[in-house]
Amino acid sequence: MAMNFLEFEQPIAELEAKIEELKFLGSDAGAKITDEVKKLQSKSRALTTSIFSNLTPWQITQLARHPQRPYALDYVSMIFSDWNELHGDRMYGDDLAIIGGLARLEGMPVMVIGHQKGRDTKERVRRNYGMPKPEGYRKALRLMKMAERFRLPIVTLIDTPGAYPGIGSEERGQSEAIARNLFEMSNLAAPILSIVIGEGGSGGALAIGVCDRLVMLQFSVYSVISPEGCASILWKSADKKEIAADAMSITADRLSKLGLVDEIIKEPLGAAHRDPQATADALKASIIKNLAELCAQPITSLLDNRQKRLSSFGVFRE
Amino acid sequence: MSWFERIRPSRIKTERRTRSVPEGLWTKCPACDAVLYRAEIERNLHVCPKCSHHMRINGRERLLKFFDPGSTTELAAKIEPEDPLKFKDTKRYRDRLVQSQKQTGERDALIVMSGKLVELPVVACAFEFRFLGGSMGSVVGEKFTRAADHCLEHRTSLVCFSASGGARMQEALYSLLQMAKTSAALKRMSEARLPYISVMTDPTTGGVSASLAMLGDVNIGEPKALIGFAGPRVIQQTVRETLPEGFQRSEFLLDHGALDMIVDRREMRDRIGSMLRIMTGKEPAPAQG
Repeated sequence: MAMNFLEFEQPIAELEAKIEELKFLGSDAGAKITDEVKKLQSKSRALTTSIFSNLTPWQITQLARHPQRPYALDYVSMIFSDWNELHGDRMYGDDLAIIGGLARLEGMPVMVIGHQKGRDTKERVRRNYGMPKPEGYRKALRLMKMAERFRLPIVTLIDTPGAYPGIGSEERGQSEAIARNLFEMSNLAAPILSIVIGEGGSGGALAIGVCDRLVMLQFSVYSVISPEGCASILWKSADKKEIAADAMSITADRLSKLGLVDEIIKEPLGAAHRDPQATADALKASIIKNLAELCAQPITSLLDNRQKRLSSFGVFRE
Repeated sequence: MSWFERIRPSRIKTERRTRSVPEGLWTKCPACDAVLYRAEIERNLHVCPKCSHHMRINGRERLLKFFDPGSTTELAAKIEPEDPLKFKDTKRYRDRLVQSQKQTGERDALIVMSGKLVELPVVACAFEFRFLGGSMGSVVGEKFTRAADHCLEHRTSLVCFSASGGARMQEALYSLLQMAKTSAALKRMSEARLPYISVMTDPTTGGVSASLAMLGDVNIGEPKALIGFAGPRVIQQTVRETLPEGFQRSEFLLDHGALDMIVDRREMRDRIGSMLRIMTGKEPAPAQG
């Protein structure tokens, strides 16, 4: 697939286009062109490194939403084996914006749950752009309860713009579905590891994100409201999204400095979509390490620690 | 301002301002336009005596009128907000806080009290909607959690009157995480078999409705209160169709199974008292003289 470049990547895109052109000529030209290609490639790498070492929160938001960014099911296929997807909330329907199922991680049985976006237009509509409805959260809760019963650790992959704001969602109790998940997950007797792989959009993300450890991919974001939403409410103009993204501290780096994220997984040069396999490998290593540590804890101390963790959220004075 | 007012001596302007004060004695019901004597409305718990429209009521006043007179003690009163992100939009968050504190006399958007409800010990909290839209930040989350912990320690029931636009954007992710924190506190209460009654008042939306407000053992709505996850404007923009009549009002939620009942504010004490006494295995309330 052709690389899809964001606006701030244009200088890289131009270089890459030149390289492609030379490569095309190079098929019947000599060593000189090969040399030139190599030179340009290293220049492109240097340029990418320099651009990516200095990204604004809004640019990181664009990367987190990149149309070629690996989604939950991409990681599932690269990281887990024996994937058995489970469907439906047993009450109303099956929400395709949330996926979940039984799987193995290097042989170890686990439950995997995640938001799922679509790659092309048809799939995006089918997945509702990764915005779950109440039945999605209820499916997730059903699977988590199942994991608790069969003593499976839970891995959740977070990647949603937010819970879907629609008429049906309200009729079927979007608020209650999210609240119920927060309530149950706070005391669910299974280790829970949450990883923000793209967009961590508000309550829609948190509803599968109450956890013992929170990990974020380097170019993912996690926030209480989208930068556009925040800008249109507080600045009365969605155009101020860049300022809002900055003000809300939504990047992995900033959240880690605030102590709200436990670990950041570095992404390959140019972000996850440039090398999905390398990203998946790093993600897998992190999941293995974190689950090993969480599973080593007796369940009572795991739950005590989770309560302490949840109670500690917040900054105030007294 | 017209040119005449601009050149007029300021003394006259001051006089005009004082003249407007008595207007506060009378108020108009926003639903039926009846002109009402303010003291009478206060006596009637801010419910229009003509059409029973439930107007918004300040958090502190609500609690003082909910409990038996003179029985209340405020809990966690000294907790104050911080500005961990040094947040600034068109105004600094710090300035917004100071302004809201001056305007409401509250330190943040939640007030917690313990007291008696027809002699039954109860902890109750109420949101102050005038304080940044009753938004939930770290202070609201902490005070709610302490209210629940107080109940756990003294084995009492909890009642919450919510009125909130949701999570407080100026505290960003800290605010979002208060949803998890307060829900966890309610889970602890639930495990300890202590009752929690959630009263949703106008309006209860966003992160507050999607956490502590919807988790009542009993969920009550005040008549015609707006209750929902997303605001109606956002939904309209997303789905691009007209919203059904009465959408996201208490009556709509009752129809769809999200509420147990709709209770008139003037009957709230009796209703909640009756249910809490049944849930905690107490005798019925003594007859009120």
